[in-house]
Amino acid sequence: MSDHNTLGEILRERGVSRRGFLKFCTATASMMALPPTMTMAVAEALEKAPRPSVIWLSFQECTGCTESLTRSHAPTIESLIFDHVSLDYHHTLQAASGDAAEAAREEAMHAHHGKYLLVVDGSIPLGDPGFSTIAGISNLDMLKETAEGAAAIIAVGTCAAFGGLPHAAPNPTGAVSVSDIIKDKPIVNVSGCPPIPSVITGVLAHFLTFGGLPELDQYGRPMVFFGQSIHDRCYRRPFYDKGLFAETFDDEGARKGWCLYRLGCKGPMTYNACATMKWNQGTSWPIESGHGCLGCSEPDFWDAGGFYKALSIPTSDLAGAIGTGLGVGAAVGIAAGAMAHKKKTDAEHEREPLTVEQLEGES
Amino acid sequence: MTPTEFLVLTRGPLFDIAVTIFVFGIVLRLFEVLILGRKADLAAARGAEFKPGMATVMRRFVPDREKLQGSPVVTILGYLFHVGFFVCLLLFVPHIELIHSTLGISWPGLPTAMIDAVAVITMLALVGLFINRLNSKLLRFLSTFEDYFLLVVVFLTLFTGYLAFHRIVEPYPTALALHLLSVELMLVIFPFTKLMHTFTAFLGRYYNGAMYGRRGVES
Repeated sequence: MSDHNTLGEILRERGVSRRGFLKFCTATASMMALPPTMTMAVAEALEKAPRPSVIWLSFQECTGCTESLTRSHAPTIESLIFDHVSLDYHHTLQAASGDAAEAAREEAMHAHHGKYLLVVDGSIPLGDPGFSTIAGISNLDMLKETAEGAAAIIAVGTCAAFGGLPHAAPNPTGAVSVSDIIKDKPIVNVSGCPPIPSVITGVLAHFLTFGGLPELDQYGRPMVFFGQSIHDRCYRRPFYDKGLFAETFDDEGARKGWCLYRLGCKGPMTYNACATMKWNQGTSWPIESGHGCLGCSEPDFWDAGGFYKALSIPTSDLAGAIGTGLGVGAAVGIAAGAMAHKKKTDAEHEREPLTVEQLEGES
Repeated sequence: MTPTEFLVLTRGPLFDIAVTIFVFGIVLRLFEVLILGRKADLAAARGAEFKPGMATVMRRFVPDREKLQGSPVVTILGYLFHVGFFVCLLLFVPHIELIHSTLGISWPGLPTAMIDAVAVITMLALVGLFINRLNSKLLRFLSTFEDYFLLVVVFLTLFTGYLAFHRIVEPYPTALALHLLSVELMLVIFPFTKLMHTFTAFLGRYYNGAMYGRRGVES
């Protein structure tokens, strides 16, 4: 595969029909909330898109994001788009290791300076550089060095986007996100634990089509995928609105597919495309399989007060608070009441009634 | 502070503190009132106390025609606000869930669309009451800072809840945290302001009814 192959050529080489390609372009255009008339523009742009060089850095992560992207059960156009990029460095996927691997990274950085895409998964430890190193280079140094010549950065997964699990309290490694360190490059946060594969490829497709990054929300996530909450797009939402809830994971409500709010579903605070794009080629998604949303695409989701506690429930010891209030309130109330009572009785005793003589004497 | 940290703070320690002060204050004030007691009535009783007392507690839930004619705005908006507030508080599912987790009791909620409509009516009623207080010469003369302040605080609890429900403030954790914060403010000032009438109104009604009953007067 030469470096000058366009995406169109590669797809034809792999036996993707024109019809299949246009179907993908239509889906991509609608996924990115573009008008239908844009489909041909997307097709044309993708057809001619040259292979971008991609450097993929993995820091404090579990490889789940890479798994999410590469473990599709059937080859899809999404995965072919991923194949289309020139993945010059990805230490889980590349054959080379050690010095050869680092040489590949440096070569890509040099050859495509200012043009390559940098994809990062995993958080960066600031506590002690020794917590996570690659070829003896600390994550922080490698990120800074590689980001310097990048056209744009895609932070894949909640760890790279917001610090994720390593960032969870008490954050022993001092983990931070990519955007905590790199301030002078366009960064797209594709959060999720892991993110939906089509969202990752959707951002790549957008980059290939328009040569830039999509519109982002306040957390730097692409609006088209993270613009709406799980709750607002959930097929179980009518049950929430009617007040029909599953109380346990195996009661009648659960069997009838009622809302999982009471079982701790974080759909109302979570922005992601799971409810519309689903997982495993559109087979299902967490709520459809009967489990509440964990809120994995949100910052600090790990510390948001318990996966199985409804959002509106206080996280602390309310019974203790009520007990303390009752006890101390009663004690102070009795004391204050007794004091007031004593004051009243004393006043009654000390009262000196006026006599007629006194009144007459005064006048 | 991140929005999630803000939410965790308002759902956790701040809520605890607010509930402690709320319960403490209510119990304190009720004990204070009850222990102070009243002077013994030495006259022979002409009738029962308990039944007329309870009857008055219940009867005063019903709108009074004279009051309705005398100050229709306050009466109508007042009823709308009180009923609406309790519907939103007690029949919205996330609220029921909170009560269930704390007190272990639970009941069915209303569909959210109905709560939504009731919340809007309740907020409009509060705005109406506020304007009425400003417009009426007599009410303006009688009003203190507390009267206006409490209208604002109660309005905020409804308004922030409305914002959170409709996601008008982003991100959602911030919206929910603001709602909790406004509720916590209300809980803290509750026992020490005239919001306390939620409890003392019933003491007052009962005393009135019982007193008349004892004297053999129709209450």
